[in-house]
Amino acid sequence: MRRIVILGGGTGGTLIANRLRRLVDQGSAEIVVVDADDEHVYQPGLLFVPFGLADPAGLTRPRHRQLRPGITFRRAAVDRVDLEQDTVWLTDGTSLGYDVLVVATGARLVPEETDGLTGPGWMDRVFTFYSLDGAVALRSALSRFDGGRLAVGVVDMPVKCPVAPLEFSFLADWYFRRRKIRDRVELTLVTPLDGAFTKPVASRQLGGLLNDKGVSLVTEFNTGEVDGQAGRLISYDGREVPFDLAVMIPLHGGQAYVDRSPGLGDALGFVPTDERTLQSKARPNVFVIGDAADIPASKAGSVAHFEGEILARNITRYLAGEPLDAAFDGHTNCFIETGFGKALLIDFNYATEPVTGRFPGRLGLPLLRQSRLNHAGKLAFSWLYWHVLLPGREIPTVGSPMPAAGKRSLPTSDPGGPPAQSRKAP
Amino acid sequence: MPTTTYAGTDVTVNDEGFFTDPSQWREDMAPQIARTEGIELTDRHWQVIKFMRHEYQAKGTGPTVRGLGKTSGVSIKELYQLFPKGPAKIAAKIAGIPKPRGCI
Repeated sequence: MRRIVILGGGTGGTLIANRLRRLVDQGSAEIVVVDADDEHVYQPGLLFVPFGLADPAGLTRPRHRQLRPGITFRRAAVDRVDLEQDTVWLTDGTSLGYDVLVVATGARLVPEETDGLTGPGWMDRVFTFYSLDGAVALRSALSRFDGGRLAVGVVDMPVKCPVAPLEFSFLADWYFRRRKIRDRVELTLVTPLDGAFTKPVASRQLGGLLNDKGVSLVTEFNTGEVDGQAGRLISYDGREVPFDLAVMIPLHGGQAYVDRSPGLGDALGFVPTDERTLQSKARPNVFVIGDAADIPASKAGSVAHFEGEILARNITRYLAGEPLDAAFDGHTNCFIETGFGKALLIDFNYATEPVTGRFPGRLGLPLLRQSRLNHAGKLAFSWLYWHVLLPGREIPTVGSPMPAAGKRSLPTSDPGGPPAQSRKAP
Repeated sequence: MPTTTYAGTDVTVNDEGFFTDPSQWREDMAPQIARTEGIELTDRHWQVIKFMRHEYQAKGTGPTVRGLGKTSGVSIKELYQLFPKGPAKIAAKIAGIPKPRGCI
């Protein structure tokens, strides 16, 4: 009997466990999912909490309930992985041997790595909505805010859901208009990027939207210090952005156990991973799904979903001694909430940047354009998440490879990226 | 691809001035590249440049500023003092390696 150990019971860990349980006979391998707690948070919902658009209590469900029968849920924190011995050591002193290990422990917020961020003013006039506690605290701060300078700041990439800071800015504009105090609020988005987003076509489109909504954009700002007392963000090159209320997206890193596991992670705690097969570079029997990987794809639930199909197949191939399928194309799909009941949709991969058109085919949802249909899509996504993504099922008509039908022109990304691979659209 | 001359040798660079072939780079080219960025190289600059070359050879891409701050032995604050216009980018250019692949 072989054992597949999956570290992390979040989006990636849950969906890969469920997919593998369907593919791998119960008599041939046991599947164990390890997580430190039993609370699965629907992270896309966090964005809506500060604006009173989502009930925080409704965002959390038990992790073990999302797993199929035949999967063991082990509630324990990981101390370290011993790659030499194929063993996971848990903080309670027990260990778990594995034949295959899947790292699915995501990214961790490390606000303490930025000078002053968790100092005076933290959770008082400096917040983050990237945690449930933070989003709830920000909700009451926003409801008390009746004018002044609100800065939304991204400290540095990579961050989970890189469109969320934009969405927060759009929703803040809507929120203050609804409260009829928009003219008293100065909104500024502060980013280390040279534009609103990483990809040129979407960056122009989203930059235009910020402008339309009266949100100032400060670019190439590498936040070195947050002075919560005086209310200013200070960049490493000495520039300052003053604020009365700051909404920060803190630095992200991998989980601390990765740093304690020799040979597993990089300097930031992410796990070096083959971007096509999703096998780790550390060992052939270690695979990675979702935000924990260092691959050049967005840290987003849709990526974990599209990875799931390929990774499940590759793990069964590995167990059967067959060559892996280098099939993951970096497919990412994000709804971008723009306020006033509308949203935009972007769809891209390693080689193709987000463009206009329709998704997933000519009659689908409009791409890179605000529409009520996309907002409905964003709301429907919560149901899809619990009932289709986590169980590891396919979304009808949306396969793992990025669809090309329905897209106007397909400019390729910068030549620094991995080469395009021609794959047939579904 | 544009060609430019450093230390008497023709090299190919991209539109932004990054080497397209890191093997064309030699140490005696670095001071000249640095001057085009307004930088006079010191030992501290060299520590970063050598680290960038080493990382690129080991991993196929240059480190980010955060990665540099954690592993090069030079703090992020000092990195910005050494390369004010962006440590990862400018140090990569002087070290003759491609522009570090931006995060998504």
